[in-house]
Parts: sequence; structure tokens; C-alpha cells
Amino acid sequence: MSDARGHALGLKGLTKRYGEFTAVEDVSLEVGQGEFLTLLGPSGSGKTTILMAVAGFVAPSAGAILLDGRDITPLPPEKRNFGMVFQGYALFPHMTVAENIAFPLRVRGLSRADRDAKVRAALDLVQLATFAERLPRQLSGGQQQRVALARALVFDPALLLLDEPLSALDKKLRAELQEELKALHRRVGRTFVNVTHDQEEALSLSDRIAILNHGRLVQQGAPGLLYERPRTRFVADFLGKSNFLEGTVVEAAAGGFALDSGVSVRLPDGAAPPPAGSRSLLSLRPEKVALLAEGEAADNVAEGRILSWSYLGAGFALRVATERLGEIRASLPSWQAAIAPAEGLPVRLGWSAEAAVPVEEDAA
Amino acid sequence: MTAAGRPGAGWWWLILPAFLLLVVFYVAPILQVLAISVTEPEPGLGNYERLFTSGAVQRVIVTTLRICLITTVLALLLGYAIAYAITLASPRARGWWILAVLVPLWISVLVRAFAWVTLLRRQGLVNNTLMEAGIISEPLPLVWNEFGIVVGMVHYMVPFAVLPMLASMREIDPRLLAAARGLGGSRGQVFRRVFLPLSMPGVIAAAVLVFIFTLGFYITPAILGGGKTLMVAEWIGLQILDLIRWGLGTMMATMLVVAILVTLAVFSRIVDLRRIFGAGA
Ligand SMILES: Nc1ncnc2c1ncn2[C@@H]1O[C@H](COP(=O)(O)OP(=O)(O)OP(=O)(O)O)[C@@H](O)[C@H]1O
Ligand SMILES: [Mg+2]
Repeated sequence: MSDARGHALGLKGLTKRYGEFTAVEDVSLEVGQGEFLTLLGPSGSGKTTILMAVAGFVAPSAGAILLDGRDITPLPPEKRNFGMVFQGYALFPHMTVAENIAFPLRVRGLSRADRDAKVRAALDLVQLATFAERLPRQLSGGQQQRVALARALVFDPALLLLDEPLSALDKKLRAELQEELKALHRRVGRTFVNVTHDQEEALSLSDRIAILNHGRLVQQGAPGLLYERPRTRFVADFLGKSNFLEGTVVEAAAGGFALDSGVSVRLPDGAAPPPAGSRSLLSLRPEKVALLAEGEAADNVAEGRILSWSYLGAGFALRVATERLGEIRASLPSWQAAIAPAEGLPVRLGWSAEAAVPVEEDAA
Repeated sequence: MTAAGRPGAGWWWLILPAFLLLVVFYVAPILQVLAISVTEPEPGLGNYERLFTSGAVQRVIVTTLRICLITTVLALLLGYAIAYAITLASPRARGWWILAVLVPLWISVLVRAFAWVTLLRRQGLVNNTLMEAGIISEPLPLVWNEFGIVVGMVHYMVPFAVLPMLASMREIDPRLLAAARGLGGSRGQVFRRVFLPLSMPGVIAAAVLVFIFTLGFYITPAILGGGKTLMVAEWIGLQILDLIRWGLGTMMATMLVVAILVTLAVFSRIVDLRRIFGAGA
């Protein structure tokens, strides 16, 4: 692999209509050189459509696709020089692993010697050197996935596109390959665009996540930023779990505000509080809710009874019915649980004023 | 290829009817035929000796093999193009295509052979049109020769070539073709390196089917050959019905069966079917 940094991709107002139906609406995105971007969204949100438009299989109804600033919208797929890993891998069943990986080189007219050297390097990259002569059907799912990766990377593509590369694998293998994929990205330094509807995968792999819903880009940013500062209810709900607290703003100052239900919120520097009297919706992550001991204080306290609980190994998930705020979900690390949870047990929940984040209600 | 299930199993079913038909119509009488071929006119292998000594016998065999090979190749080429077009067609157009392929199967082979005679004879439509257009001055000898036989046989066999190839093309995962293009293959390269190899099971099934069928062709060569070009089946009929040479006729019939079995054996043994079909081990 050369040590070039990969290419920058830009989407400008990308729109795709199928008759009356708009699958992708006015999506604009910048993917920097060497960046790992994940398109995340529920089923049918247009992720594959965007990826296929980038790859050249879907002609956009409007908008443009730019590679390093150059408009590539009219180029056919084979002229774009992008590596692709398809959902289900799409390995050629009649070719061995080595022949599969050599395919992109063969169609580019490389000599046999060059091909062999590159195929060997690619096989080493994905640690499959001893499997070169096997047929795809003689490989496990994880091995097939790595062959697909090797095939997509062997010709030094400008950009690697991955459509749910890990979705066909079981949980443990998926976690393993996530690690590998991340390490691979670091090693080859290419620009990766990944599609998934698995939020954990998106959080763990990406430099940046773009969240889609109904064909529209809802929010994009670094995983930490999206998780900590979701812009809308949809983002808060889709990326991780969230409690939603609703109320009317009764007190607003530069650093924060309070709701009529008694919840107080501290805002990060520079964030403008909502005007007093307006409705506000807060997102509160379950893991930011703590179980308070007798007499312990917190910025926000809610008393209630445990509705139900489940033990998850690493922690407990509680559903607590509170008097003022309705049902609140809390997740506690097992080692910190001061009580043995039981249904009906009275508890005090507490969270800091930074924990709750104001979010917008989703546009209809 | 998990979605495609057992891609290899398909074509055996496709040739099974033809194979069963041959078994039913040959196996019972075959022992008798075999018996006659070594007893008439006198016990011994005298009739089989003729394979090596008689120029007439050899000529019939060579002619038959030549016509069958040419027919098979042409039917496969035409059939492949048609099956490919059907595979690429929209679902609506596909229905019409398939109908167009199947309709000829419902028309009697006799009718079709005579239709070709009227088209191809000296004052037939083809020759007349060509002469009126001034392209030729003399009518071309289009019928009552090998050319006519091949035309009629190819026409008859094309649907049989299309169906197994179509079945195997429809099993090809379209994502493989998209992947091949995404990896940099031009349309031509994708066809040659991915589509063609993946459709080979159908091509082989079609080749076996068409070749076996054509070996025993009787009516079409009899009508379009005009008695001048003899193929095996007609020659056997001639020996038995007209010349009452039962021994020679049954010897050739036995050879016909042997040729069919050998064809099947060759394709199931020499060719590594598992590799071609990508079937599960
Ligand atoms: N060829 C097509 N014709 C009509 N509608 C289409 C076509 N392709 C996709 N769509 C529609 O566009 C929308 C987005 O599809 P897309 O495949 O991009 O979803 P996705 O986000 O990849 O979903 P998933 O996670 O299920 O793969 C869907 O509602 C789908 O039905
Ligand atoms: Mg998809």
C-alpha cells in the first residue's frame, strides 16, 4: 500500500427520487482525507442509496458528488476507482480467494508478477495468507469478510465504501472485526465511508458519524459530540438510550435554565438558553442517573419506586416510577449498586445539572 | 452463493426428462436391439466390423457428428444471446420473451421442417427476395443439403438451449455483477470474467441436452436433407425398413445409444462439475 492519505469526498445537495418517493433529500457532507465516516440510520433511511450514488450505481436526481473538489457525478462505477465491500460481500464463487483479490488488478491490466505481489501483500494485510487457494464457500463468514476487504483495498482505491460489512456476523466476531477494521483503517490511511444501522459499531469505528432519518441528514459530528450533544430527540434515541423530560422553562439565565418540573440544566459555555415560558425537551442518558444514598445531595433529585429491573452482568438497568417526572430509566454499574434492586423498592435518583441536554422535537 | 442454494442441482433436473425419455424408449428394446445386432445375419461381431471397414457407415457417422456439432454450437450461441437478453430484460418484457421462445415448441416438427423447405427452396421466399434485390443471380442451394438440415435443426433446438442457460443465468446474484463493475471491470470484462463463467453450468447442460437430442434427429434431416444427406437415424430407418438389413441397422442403433451414454459420462467425469457449479462440498 502506498502511504498517500486517501481522498476527500464531498456531497452537495444529493437528492434521489424514485417516482414520487424521495429516498435521499438534499444531503450535503464533507469527508476529509483519511477520515472514517459512518452513515448511520434506521432501515430505509437512505444509507445504501447514498453509498450507491457515491459508488456510481445510482444516478442522483439532483446534487453532485465531488472527489477532491472534482465533480465525478457523471462517471460510471468502474471509472471511479473506489473500493467497495458489499453487504453479503459479493465474492465471486467461481474464483479462489487469490483470484478474487486479483480481480481488480486483472481488469486494470497489471502484469502477472505485479498482481501476485499485490495479492500476497493484501492477503497478509488481512491475515489470510494460508487461504489463498480456497474458494469463498470454504471460508467462514469472518474470513469472507476479510477477503472482501482485501479485494477492495488491493488496488489502492481512492476511497473505500463499506455497506454494512459486519452485519452478517455474530456479535463476538463482529466486535473482533470492528477492531480489525479500525486497525486496518489506521494502517492504510485511506478514506473510509461505512454504512451501518448498528449504533455501537458507528460509535466505536468512526471519526465522524452522519445520522440519517427519512433520507435526510439529521446531525453529523464526532461520536462523542453526537452522543453528548444530540441535536434532536431522534438522534438522542437512536444513538444510545435516553430518557426524555419535558417541561416549560421557568427560569433562564446565561449558564442554564430550569423547568417547571424542578429540573435544572447547566449549559455549556456559549449555548443560549431557551426563553422563559417556552416548552423544552431534555435528553438524559440512563448511565448519568445515579442512585443516591440517604441524605446524599445532587443538582437534580427525583424520588420514586423501582418498576422493574434487569441484571446485565456489568450493570443493572432500572425503570423507576417517579412522582414528578414520570418513568426514568437508570443504568448502574454492578459494583456501584448500593442496594439489591427489588420491585417496589423506594429509591432516590440524582443527576448533575450538566447531564440533561436540551434537544429539539423531530420535524414531522 | 448461499442465496442461490444448490446451484449445481438445477441442470440435472433439466436434462432428467430427456434422459428418462431415452431410458424408457431405449432400455427395454435395447437388449433386443443389441441381441439382433450380434445375431443377424449371422452370430458374431460382423456388423460391428463394418464400423472400421465400410466407407458408407463411416460417412454416415462423420456426417452425423459434424451436423450435430455445428448445430450444437450454433444453437448454443443463439440460445446464449437470447437467454442473456431475457436475463437483462425487465420483468414484463421477460414474460413475452419466454413465450416467444416456448411457442415454437408447440408447433409440430413436421410443420416446421416443411415451413423451412418453402422458405429455402429454389423459388422460396429467401432466394426470390435475394434475386429480386439483385444480390444473387442464381438461386442458392439452401435446402436438401447439410445447410438446410442445420438450419432446421438449429431452429428446433434453440429453445432447448435457452431454457437451461436461462435457469443458470437467473441464479447469478446481480450483486456480483455490480461488485465486479465497482471493482473496476468494464461491461465486457464483467461479462467475460464473471457472468460467462457463472453461466457455464447452464451452457454445459444445454450443450449435453442439445447434442444428445440432435444425434437422434430423424424427421428434420429427412425432410430438409431431401434424402441426399443421411444422418444416423434416417440411415437406420433405411437399413431396417427399406433394405431389411436388421443386423446393420441395430448395430448403428446400439452405437447411437453408446454415443449418448459416452457423452453423458464424459461430461459428468472429465469436467469437474463441483468446481464449475460452486456446489457445496
Ligand atoms: N430502486 C428503488 N426503487 C424505489 N425505491 C427504492 C429503490 N431503492 C431504494 N428505494 C427506497 O429508498 C429508501 C432508502 O433505501 P436504502 O436502501 O437507501 O435504505 P437503507 O438506509 O440502506 O436501509 P437498510 O438499513 O434497510 O439497508 C427505502 O425506502 C427504499 O424502499
Ligand atoms: Mg442498506
